[in-house]
Amino acid sequence: MGLTLYHFLALGAILFFIGLYGAISKKNAVAVLMGIEIMLNAVNITLVGFSFFNRVKPYSTYLTGQIFAIFIITVAAAEAAVALAMIISIYRKRSTVDVGEIDMMRW
Amino acid sequence: MDLATLLFWIIAVILVGAALMVVGLRSIVHSALALIVLFAMASGIYLLLNAEFIAIVQILIYAGAVTILILFALMLTRISNINQDSNPTNRQWWLALIICVLVGVGIMLAVTISPHAVADTGNGGGQLPANVNNVVRIGQLLYSPTGYSYVLPFEIASLVLLVAIIGAIVIGREEDQ
Repeated sequence: MGLTLYHFLALGAILFFIGLYGAISKKNAVAVLMGIEIMLNAVNITLVGFSFFNRVKPYSTYLTGQIFAIFIITVAAAEAAVALAMIISIYRKRSTVDVGEIDMMRW
Repeated sequence: MDLATLLFWIIAVILVGAALMVVGLRSIVHSALALIVLFAMASGIYLLLNAEFIAIVQILIYAGAVTILILFALMLTRISNINQDSNPTNRQWWLALIICVLVGVGIMLAVTISPHAVADTGNGGGQLPANVNNVVRIGQLLYSPTGYSYVLPFEIASLVLLVAIIGAIVIGREEDQ
């Protein structure tokens, strides 16, 4: 039967919820960031899958999913840089990267 | 089972295994190394989907740059015992597991029983003219100033990257009194 779109959608969904588990259950802030990166990759797999199985006729719409994936990769790289700078800055001030102990905004 | 399906299953099993290792391993450095495997396997998935440009960009940016950034951050935030139990989960990990399984089941149901069925077979790449390949078409879609293109979002993305670079330097630099 070969590959269908549902293979890639299911793979993206599985990766997404593994990444979600990592993002909301880890104590180390860098591990939270790794979970977010897994989730972004899952979304990229889904978008590229939609692009590949796209049969809409005017061919200018083909590859739209890949363009979106490129923008997601750009924003993810910017987000990783800023988030790691914040983690290092917080580590200098508080000597911890445990997200449970970073509670400056708790009232 | 044809070759593409076989490759898909091999890559998908390694991909999900690497993702489980990232969230499950005890040492956070091992998690970061498993993340490299995950990014490389995702690049293999993109190659299966005829997305050569995305696959190369994935290797360059994710497996190269983002992983190095994460390893640098691990090096700069020195944890006391990096070898054992440096990647702990918090006390509500079972709650996180329940939430993730619910979200996953919801996504699966939405994909499979949705009445707005998506086209599940066929390769849109057949629409491309003979002398236009993936990279050429992406270049036309990103840069073409006259035709149908994403040139304005592309310029805005460069602005986002500039702001992110300046912000990372400002946030991460040492305070000098």
